[in-house]
Amino acid sequence: MGDRIFSFIVWTSAALVGSIFLWILGDIVLKGFSHFSLSFLLEHPEDAGRSGGIFPIIISTALILLVAIGVSVPFGLGVAIWLAEFSKQSGKAVSSTRLTLDVLAGVPSIVYGLFGNAFFSIFLGLGFSILSGGLTLACMILPVFIRTAETGLSSVNHSWRAGAAALGMNKTAAIWHILLPSAAPAIVAGLVLGIGRATAETAALIFTSGYVDRMPGSLMDSGRALAVHIYDLSMNVTGGDSAAYASALTLIAVIIAFNIMAQTMTDQWLGKRVQRA
Amino acid sequence: MILLKPSFLYRLLMNKWSIDRGASAFLAVLAGLSASLLVLVVIFLGKESWPVLSHGGWHMFLSGSGWYPLEGQFGLTPMILASLAMMAGAIILAVPFGLAGAIFVRFYAPPVLAGTYKAMMALLAGIPSVVFGLWGLTVLVPLIGQIQPPGSSLLAAILILALMILPTVALTSFAALEAIPHNILNGAQALGMTRKGQILFVAVPAARASIIGGILLAMARALGETMAVLMVAGNVVQNPDSLFTSVRALTANIALEMAYANDLHRASLFASGLFLTALVFLLSWLASYSSKDVRHG
Amino acid sequence: MKTRLFLLIAGFLTVLSGSSAIAGENKLVLTGSSTVAPLALEIAKRLEKENPGIRVDVQTGGSSRGINDARMGLADVGMVSRALKPEESDLTPYTIAMDGIGMIVHKSNPVQKLSDEQIKDIYTGAIENWKDAGGTDMPITVVNKAEGRSTLELFLHHFSLKNSEIKADVVIGDNQQGIKTVSGNLGSIGYVSIGTAEYEEQHGTPIRLLPMEGIPATGENVQKETFPLSRQLNLVVKNTPSPLARKFIKYAQSKDVHDLIEAQFFVPLADE
Repeated sequence: MGDRIFSFIVWTSAALVGSIFLWILGDIVLKGFSHFSLSFLLEHPEDAGRSGGIFPIIISTALILLVAIGVSVPFGLGVAIWLAEFSKQSGKAVSSTRLTLDVLAGVPSIVYGLFGNAFFSIFLGLGFSILSGGLTLACMILPVFIRTAETGLSSVNHSWRAGAAALGMNKTAAIWHILLPSAAPAIVAGLVLGIGRATAETAALIFTSGYVDRMPGSLMDSGRALAVHIYDLSMNVTGGDSAAYASALTLIAVIIAFNIMAQTMTDQWLGKRVQRA
Repeated sequence: MILLKPSFLYRLLMNKWSIDRGASAFLAVLAGLSASLLVLVVIFLGKESWPVLSHGGWHMFLSGSGWYPLEGQFGLTPMILASLAMMAGAIILAVPFGLAGAIFVRFYAPPVLAGTYKAMMALLAGIPSVVFGLWGLTVLVPLIGQIQPPGSSLLAAILILALMILPTVALTSFAALEAIPHNILNGAQALGMTRKGQILFVAVPAARASIIGGILLAMARALGETMAVLMVAGNVVQNPDSLFTSVRALTANIALEMAYANDLHRASLFASGLFLTALVFLLSWLASYSSKDVRHG
Repeated sequence: MKTRLFLLIAGFLTVLSGSSAIAGENKLVLTGSSTVAPLALEIAKRLEKENPGIRVDVQTGGSSRGINDARMGLADVGMVSRALKPEESDLTPYTIAMDGIGMIVHKSNPVQKLSDEQIKDIYTGAIENWKDAGGTDMPITVVNKAEGRSTLELFLHHFSLKNSEIKADVVIGDNQQGIKTVSGNLGSIGYVSIGTAEYEEQHGTPIRLLPMEGIPATGENVQKETFPLSRQLNLVVKNTPSPLARKFIKYAQSKDVHDLIEAQFFVPLADE
């Protein structure tokens, strides 16, 4: 198999995936565009969501996302750094932590929903709330984010660590100034996957942040996430299809916005200060 | 007395090596907390499934009597096979295409196209399972149904799952390929290797551990996906005899029946959740053997 | 950049510290059936508008959850999309609407009616092709509901069947999944809420409602109780309801919300 054939295969695969994506996106746009408008974004839902807008739902979704990311990213980065830098690579602690995280990534989303309900809502007394939903999502994002960030950190060239030590930097400084910036692409990848998981989640949120479509007054209020709204409109409410697709369009915009935010914030904080050798 | 002198304490605690020790301890605590999350989840699952586990034990789940919980039958085998078949089929599709996409972005695409493709993958990663399920139910299932009714089938589930986990494989593989030190690739080029050779025999093996990690995440996601498979797989409890058979995944089973289940039925649903978690544990443990080799450069 | 971070955290904490000013007597929580939930939500909104200061939160989770939560005091009122069973007599049901269940087939299917015997045979696999039921030569795709659903239990009860006797080709969860499955498959047959099916038929979805025992499947017939297959939508409470719960239930059973009931394609109870 020659070089030309290989690149042909790569280009065609990419094109195939791309066109299926456009097919799905086109389907959503076609079915949702007629219902979509500026007032749709700014009004409150009426008639079980079939008319009016989705403004409170957008706010609830954003709040849930912020809680989830705000908790899982610092926490996850810390664990990833520990796994890659501070622990004994051959030790039991490392391999069992990694195994634990891999297993957590495979727990079904509905189980997380039931767990979140039992632990955050009932045991910790948070009830049906945005906080409860955000924390449950954080549990789901954590394994994915840690895994991805960790592989980024551990693939940083060993000679850089040696160089940092030779310069007299302690580990913490080396991590902050050198290793994290160079692992930035992997961290962004982990963030993007995490955000994706969070926006896509439905089952887990029905039992934790709930069904109420009112504008939330605080993090302790119940709030409906966009994915839950889409589910209710398309599978539960009669005649809610066009509103469901319009909400899906909005969710796509939210995902793009958060992804851009993730990319720019990571670039700023970790900076493109590192030139690849 | 001298121990309490501020300047002494300052020098004791604020020197860079104790910062390291402090950071190490703090991060170790975080890691411990994240690991204990799994313990919490398992305890939760165990507590909820205890009524049925103490009642009949595991052999009841593996009996061939079928799944009729309202009549006391809890045979899980067809659903276990269905979940595994879906996952296997989805991985077979998603890994080559995801890897190809990552290779495309890293080595072949011009910058604008690369950025667009990456953004598209990132977007796909965030689309709710409901939306994938809806598209599957309204577009894919009727299409498959024209080849062979009913259309809601193992094949539909495999295709939708493959689409859903493809971004995971693509994005993690891309990050892995990006992280390869340039000198390795430069060396391969200096040796006069073809582009295909550089990619297949140098880049991918160098990034192998991270790529496998991404595939593992994708496998776990495929096994744990609930909503989309519920909408397109058909949900009949039977063995996945062919691609066009209507099947029910373990996750879809939990979602379908949890809302209406009581006592033993409910406990058996939780037990199937526990089983799934054990399955992922087994897969991860096996995979850890294959990527046991060097992580650090 | 540091100031931006500070502002972000400050804003976060402000939102965090805000707590709901309304609590106790003026807050009502309903959980339960996802079928009843959209209706309860709209009734709740209207009640809130007419009585500023109260708050009614509606959550889903299924009829079993509604019953459990009402029993354990986790919710003030439970929503249940069926009549209560004998072992649930510790709860008091308040019926707020009816929902008929009708058989649907794909619009292109020439079959206009099916007898109870034929439906039974189709669902048990005795008849596998439409040509044996008065239609064209096409295999039948049987769509059944998942275990535990009240619609399934009513169906089984009406046709004196056990779920293990049914040979289904597709099993669905919610009504809409049923509609979308049948409309995408030429040879399929299923059963869904009559109100939903009527709406979909009128809006061009390729399905058709079949009469049962000769009686047309319309909302009118469900209300007149001449249609043989229908279910109650109930609000359940344990012991005596709180004043706010009583207010809500009374409102939900009043004529003032008939338009909301019909907007959800359910059937208001006939006048006494």
